[in-house]
Amino acid sequence: MGEIYAKFVSQKISKTRWRPVPPGSLQTAETFATGSWDNEENYVSLWSIGDFGNLDSDGGFEGDHQLLCDIRHHGDVMDLQFFDQERIVAASSTGCVTIFLHHPNNQTLSVNQQWTTAHYHTGPGSPSYSSAPCTGIVCDNPEIVTVGEDGRINLFRADHKEAVRTINNADSSTLHAVTFLRTPEILTVNSIGQLKIWDFRQQGNEPSQILSLTGDRVPLHCVDRHPSQQHVVATGGQDGMLSIWDVRQGTMPVSLLKAHEAEMWEVHFHPSNPDHLFTCSEDGSLWHWDASTDVPEKSSLFHQGGRTSTFLSHSISNQANVQQSLISSWLSTDTTKDRIEITSLLPSRTLSVNSLDVLGPCLVCGTDAEAIYVTRQLFV
Amino acid sequence: MEELDGDPAVTLIPGVNSKKKQMCFDWGPGEMLVCETSFNKKEKSKLVPNCPFIFIIRKDEDVYSQILRKLFNESHGIFVGLQRIEEELTGKSRKAQLVRVSKNYRSVIRACMEEMHQVAIAAKDPASGRQFSSQVSILSAMELIWNLCEILFIEVAPAGPLLLHLLDWVRLHVCEVDSLSADVLGSENPSKHESFWNLVTILVLQGRLDEARQMLSKEADTSPTSAGMCRTLGDLMRTMPILSPGNTQTLTELELKWQHWHEECERHLQDGTFTSSPHLETLCKIMLGDEAALLEQKELLNNWYHFLVTRLLYSHPTVKPMDLHLYAQSSLDLFLGGESSPEPLDNILMAAFEFDIHQVIKECSIALSNWWFVAHLTDLLDHCKLLQSHNLYFGSNMREFLLLEYASGLFAHHSLWQLGVDYFDYCPELGRVSLELHIERIPLNTEQKALKVLRICEQRQMTEQVRSICKILAMKAVRNNRLGSALSWSIRAKDAAFATLVSDRFLMDYCDRGCFSDLDLIDNLGPAMMLSDRLTFLGKYREFHRLYGEKRFVDAASLLLSLMTSQIAPRSFWMTLLTDALPLLEQKQVIFSAEQTYELMRCLEDLTAGRPVRGEPDAQRLQDDDIETTKVEMLRLALARNLARAIIREGSLEGS
Repeated sequence: MGEIYAKFVSQKISKTRWRPVPPGSLQTAETFATGSWDNEENYVSLWSIGDFGNLDSDGGFEGDHQLLCDIRHHGDVMDLQFFDQERIVAASSTGCVTIFLHHPNNQTLSVNQQWTTAHYHTGPGSPSYSSAPCTGIVCDNPEIVTVGEDGRINLFRADHKEAVRTINNADSSTLHAVTFLRTPEILTVNSIGQLKIWDFRQQGNEPSQILSLTGDRVPLHCVDRHPSQQHVVATGGQDGMLSIWDVRQGTMPVSLLKAHEAEMWEVHFHPSNPDHLFTCSEDGSLWHWDASTDVPEKSSLFHQGGRTSTFLSHSISNQANVQQSLISSWLSTDTTKDRIEITSLLPSRTLSVNSLDVLGPCLVCGTDAEAIYVTRQLFV
Repeated sequence: MEELDGDPAVTLIPGVNSKKKQMCFDWGPGEMLVCETSFNKKEKSKLVPNCPFIFIIRKDEDVYSQILRKLFNESHGIFVGLQRIEEELTGKSRKAQLVRVSKNYRSVIRACMEEMHQVAIAAKDPASGRQFSSQVSILSAMELIWNLCEILFIEVAPAGPLLLHLLDWVRLHVCEVDSLSADVLGSENPSKHESFWNLVTILVLQGRLDEARQMLSKEADTSPTSAGMCRTLGDLMRTMPILSPGNTQTLTELELKWQHWHEECERHLQDGTFTSSPHLETLCKIMLGDEAALLEQKELLNNWYHFLVTRLLYSHPTVKPMDLHLYAQSSLDLFLGGESSPEPLDNILMAAFEFDIHQVIKECSIALSNWWFVAHLTDLLDHCKLLQSHNLYFGSNMREFLLLEYASGLFAHHSLWQLGVDYFDYCPELGRVSLELHIERIPLNTEQKALKVLRICEQRQMTEQVRSICKILAMKAVRNNRLGSALSWSIRAKDAAFATLVSDRFLMDYCDRGCFSDLDLIDNLGPAMMLSDRLTFLGKYREFHRLYGEKRFVDAASLLLSLMTSQIAPRSFWMTLLTDALPLLEQKQVIFSAEQTYELMRCLEDLTAGRPVRGEPDAQRLQDDDIETTKVEMLRLALARNLARAIIREGSLEGS
């Protein structure tokens, strides 16, 4: 991996997200958003890692990220997602969900849309109103799904003032994260180790499927779906374990991988290179999981087989090979442990790494030690 | 108690008239609350309007500086790294490591200083610009002191290299010369520049003789009259013997050569080689270490420690560490010349030259507005094994005392508290108790934050704090009517009493609504169910409902009965359980065996016999009693009928 740049930013970073590059464009990621938490004043900020001609001469600034603009955010930023190129959705510990709009002309952020009481314990109408933190959001233009400590699931549309759909008491415990499985199905993880699939086509407040870790009820903190194989899901738990699930079969994880020493806060498949997975944790580590290491070996075996054997066996081996590559490399349980190569990406352990995001060859992560780390050469 | 080292600073609180009003205060960990009281000594009747505010007074305001936060965060990493290198290294490599750590600390201070400087320049209003500039000078002083301590205490440079280090130290901190040099060299005719001779003089004062020679050659090129003199002085500069790091020559050899060179300079001055050029003559006098000539350059020297180092360079190049303080003291006296008294910074540097570490730390503690500097420097010096002998008359040793102060300051901050944890960890004596006291006071506004605090406590086996945090969260959840969450938290805390309380709420809810909430949790309790009897009952009772729903009546019936006979079910709930048995008793096929029916009957009789006889029944109670009586009657009837059927069935089965 290439150089990793650190910058101290005087605020604890809870979330980091790359701005998506326009579809079909060849440019690499160069703008990312961050959210802060636990400060007296919290901010949503946009940063650029683009080249600044005037600073390059100094040498030291090359690769460093510069603040483009920021805006006050009421409460801790609990989650952050890009809705599209210009809009960012932020979840707040006050139960509020806000869409911020970026104006590239004068480099400012403004509030575009806000649902102030998206998550609450006691209703907004009542005198004893008490809000609940919104813990997770997921966007799929035009829809936004939010979950919270109140166990509620909301479905918003960017152009609607009210929630399109709300599932009250969807979960008896805290919902920690949410992701789309295949529209209109979503997947949530909660604090008692359950993974629930919800189908918005169904009325009622029951999930269509519940999967869970056995026995220990270890809370799950994050979830990500394989970008191309929609049934493959990765989750990270309080004990730092990485679990891989096949939601088509069984109610238990396909594999459990011992990973970090404390809470795994985020897990991400690489969007275009899904044999690579990234995790970060409260123990201050950031890991790169590479399940593709056997690929060159496999193809060379295949070539050997092709040369030495008859046409028939060739075609068989070919077929087997195709099938194997169709089964995600994350699901073949027996050999998983031997085949995955893990590298630690941060030079030294720091305080908790709260969030990470990958896009193309770029990775960004943010820590409680108030530093943002960026690398632009993940696969060197 | 020792005497005070200085008068305590007076802080005026805007809006409070302390002359007319009594004030009251309360201590906090890093801050103080102050407000006016309505107490009035003289005129009790007259009511003067009170100041309506409570003021928070912060001791360590530097913690709140945005830029200094970077210093705290970055140095935290270095601090933790330093604690880990401990012990495994010895001798030379250990020293090299410690010097590297010290340089890392300094580079963080420098980075901060540079950023602060940028902000000071960019500041829009003069007041904040001044504030930033004063911060810059404080940071610069810190770096200056740290660097000197590094040379004297950590590097422990011997005679010879010591002077080279001190020269570097002065060059690093008197850096105006670089911009001046660029300015002069950038002009059309450098040697005619108004600051030309100032520049040459400064270069000589700092011992940068190569650069000074180049300057002189420029002068020689433009004015042929002085060319010869310049060349002579340039030769003297070139031939000055210096100790170079790679050189193997001994100190005695160096001293001998240096003596020769010194005599040659002396001879040139005596011969009047430079009399026609006062500038060159002054330079030659400086190179002879002439004190009067040096003191004439006060403006260019800036400060007494520069004077000290220049003086050492040209008169005692092989000064021993032990003798430093003599020269330092006399340099300070000569430089100030009785016109002004030494400032805190002068005292600190002087204490360092005297190798009095404790005095350095003490003076710094008084002079600087934050604990960061002394805490980190003391810790580093402690790792150099320089502080062992010193014990305080309070608390533990000095290192720990300062680290505790610093960490407490961090904990008082809204968001830097996480850094404080590691500092407490490395205070063997009082760190743990301090952490215990502080960590409980962190406000927990989200579960995520609570999880982070919990992780800190669990890693350190602070069971008491884990319990109290989980309890706070469980209470919060109950208040918000999130019973599932509350139960999860009490299971995590292994808090049986609270689990019982939450289970009771679940059962109450069930009685009110006739159905269970939060099935996802209750159905998946697993071994956690054993935490409290009531929780076991809740889980088992829910299991009964599931069995009943799945039409596994026989299993359901025996589970129901065992709940009562094993005394897991609370008495108050027995009537509900017996009522639940009713539909099972009324099923077409016989479910309860004769023996089981007897057991049920005994339970019912136990329950009814145990009822206290009440006096004076009111209307409501009469009605309740009425319902109760009907229920009991129905149960008795159903039980009797079931018993009859069971006896017949069992008899016929046995018969057949």
